[in-house]
Amino acid sequence: MTTKHEHYYVPSQSAWPIIGAMGLFLIAFGAGTYISDMGTEATVGKYILITGIAVIIFMVFGWFRTVIAESMAGLYSQQMDRSFRQGMSWFIFSEVMFFAAFFGALFYARMVSVPWLGGASNNAMTQVVLWPEFVAVWPLETTPDGRLTQAMEWMGLPLYNTLILLTSSITLHFAHVNLENDKRAPVKAWLAATIILGVIFLMLQVLEYTHAYQVMGLTLDAGVYGSTFFLLTGIHGMHVTLGTVFLFVLFVRISKGHFSHDKHFAFQAGSWYWHFVDVVWLCLFIFVYVL
Amino acid sequence: MNTLTQENQVSMDGSLQDDHNHDDGHHAPPSGIMRWLLTTNHKDIGTLYLWFSFIMFLTGGLMAMVIRAELFQPGLQLVDPNFFNQMTTVHGLVMVFGAVMPAFTGLANWMIPMMIGAPDMALPRMNNWSFWILPFAFIILLSSLFMEGGGPNFGWTFYAPLSTEYSPDSTALFVFSIHIMGISSIMGAINVIVTVINMRAPGMTWMKLPLFAWTWLITAFLLIAVMPVLAGAVTMVLTDKYFGTSFFEAAGGGDPVMFQHIFWFFGHPEVYIMILPSFGIMSAIIPTFSRKKLFGYSSMVYATASIAILSFLVWAHHMFTTGMPVFAELFFMYCTMLISVPTGVKIFNWVATMWKGSLTFETPMLFAISFLVLFTIGGFSGLMLAITPADFQYHDTYFVVAHFHYVLVTGAIFTIMAAVYYWIPKWTGHMYNERLGKLHFWCSVISVNILFFPMHFLGLAGMPRRIPDYAIQFADVNQIVSIGGFAFGLSQLIFLVVVIKCIRGGEKAPAKPWEGAEGLEWEIPSPAPYHSFTTPPVIK
Repeated sequence: MTTKHEHYYVPSQSAWPIIGAMGLFLIAFGAGTYISDMGTEATVGKYILITGIAVIIFMVFGWFRTVIAESMAGLYSQQMDRSFRQGMSWFIFSEVMFFAAFFGALFYARMVSVPWLGGASNNAMTQVVLWPEFVAVWPLETTPDGRLTQAMEWMGLPLYNTLILLTSSITLHFAHVNLENDKRAPVKAWLAATIILGVIFLMLQVLEYTHAYQVMGLTLDAGVYGSTFFLLTGIHGMHVTLGTVFLFVLFVRISKGHFSHDKHFAFQAGSWYWHFVDVVWLCLFIFVYVL
Repeated sequence: MNTLTQENQVSMDGSLQDDHNHDDGHHAPPSGIMRWLLTTNHKDIGTLYLWFSFIMFLTGGLMAMVIRAELFQPGLQLVDPNFFNQMTTVHGLVMVFGAVMPAFTGLANWMIPMMIGAPDMALPRMNNWSFWILPFAFIILLSSLFMEGGGPNFGWTFYAPLSTEYSPDSTALFVFSIHIMGISSIMGAINVIVTVINMRAPGMTWMKLPLFAWTWLITAFLLIAVMPVLAGAVTMVLTDKYFGTSFFEAAGGGDPVMFQHIFWFFGHPEVYIMILPSFGIMSAIIPTFSRKKLFGYSSMVYATASIAILSFLVWAHHMFTTGMPVFAELFFMYCTMLISVPTGVKIFNWVATMWKGSLTFETPMLFAISFLVLFTIGGFSGLMLAITPADFQYHDTYFVVAHFHYVLVTGAIFTIMAAVYYWIPKWTGHMYNERLGKLHFWCSVISVNILFFPMHFLGLAGMPRRIPDYAIQFADVNQIVSIGGFAFGLSQLIFLVVVIKCIRGGEKAPAKPWEGAEGLEWEIPSPAPYHSFTTPPVIK
């Protein structure tokens, strides 16, 4: 293996991590207190949480501003660029494993816990003793204790959303190709298209959630179908939101003339992240909606 | 926003300034508390991790003392059962996430850049962040103990429905503290992987990589693969408890056993996360004090990788009594037993390294040899537990407690101590006091066996774990165990004294204080300069 070694820039000191640590502390402590106190009069947790979010936003701005300035000043060697790329890909791998936990829960519920509650395998007595009326089907529209809900159809809105997100991956790819060829005007156009598609996706998700809650009786507490549906699509939605913000920052940077055809780690990272979110959606669409 | 820009400008200029200073190699660290809060230096961060780990070790140890004091006699004397449960829970969490894992990350921070000839960790600012969120996570966790209704009392494994239906109000705080610990571990792991892959000095090919770096690389991979799964598990506990989801609730179509599957999918690789770096440390210390090359270097690498892969296929051996299908029980039993093959390779290689070596028994070597014997005992009791029908008897008894304390205390913790004795001359520039070190070793190794060995018998006789009271026939052995526990706890204060004395002064350490030692870390002076290898050395 031939690795090129140049001067590796090590920033001497930085205040951003400790600010971020305090922000994260306030978020966790605030959210923890807020959730623990739900249903009581106490509201202090909410304010701690909001303060924490503000601190984190401040930190993200500051940290990225510093990093961008360093990058523009040419402090980053090829070797550091590799560090960033590898770091980003391992981060995405950790995200994959985070989603894997929830997909695992979905598969377990479908393949094991629901059939077993219905008496499958050697669990005939489980059914007889616990809920003899229970019929094991997926989607689980009637829970063992008799809560009712409706399953989300894949035709219609979810299908449109799939097409929107798939298209957005293609538009982003075009933006990237153009950046590599140093054609900046089309980069902006394709990137803008991607961001708009991302925002439309999110708006349609909100529509879907409203419909689920108000019309279908599909809620978080509607049994394990609702649990897996909302946790999977919800966490995915948060990732799309983050990805859209990421792309927006890239758009601003492109407009300011940042990046060159061979050095654009941030763009690469944003694009990887977006494609990853897209692939997760594809799995969601297949396993949550279609099958 | 204007002021913000200005601030950044200043810090930008500052860092550029410092960057010039790096080149002359005599750049001294800034002084005061800000050095530690703002540092991006791998050695500073390593030191922070190690001190944090030690403080957590004493905190968790104190909780163990409470447990052993309560168990000194049958009946309920000192604490009420709910508090006892909080002690067993938080003792486990603090020791796993606060003591063992940060200690290894601290050692990785200190040693890996020096071992591979890198100027620092690959992502220095993120390195600072991954450390500093950790104390905050533990502030949250420990503060929940003082809240109304108490802190987590459901065991460190937080099985549903104990952690959902029956848990205290403060469970949300527990959940978020685990999230932060996970984020910290993942960032630490990313840093180690990127450093090892991308920052090796020219000529440091994969098969020349010191085993500590190798084992940590594989550990880091495990961390990135399973910490997010733990984050998923706590998230589901959170939504089940507070937002009405039914992941672990049969009435809604979920299953409490599902929790155990998800948890142990994280939990079993986690066990190897806490032992693989130990194997790396052993592979550094045993050859040094045997004055021989490590026997079977490449088989060590492959064995480590095999253990890591197998660790994903054995999680349900923690769940033999949950009523899994027989096929699953057999599958997990055989896979578990398979792990003893690569582990056996390692034990064999260390023994073969010592074979016909010219051995001396300084403190690091004493800890290493005791690891070899005592970890093997833990490995054997693990094999006993792996046998499904036998496990039906051992499950949730003190036999399990004895087993995992042998692998974690005389395994992980003993190698961490060995590592500190081995590398502390490099960190402080002084030799530690060998007499006190040996005293610490002998006190520890004797008391730890009085503490944990009789637990095997308690377990085989049927004493359940995690219960504050017990039947009268267990009283004698429990008293012996508790005395061993207090003695082991007190022995660790000797360690504190040794470390503080070594930082303050002592015999000057040469660049290479151990004649048989090999590796780049011994080619730079002791104490290691603030910035080592600003230009990478060339490895022949």
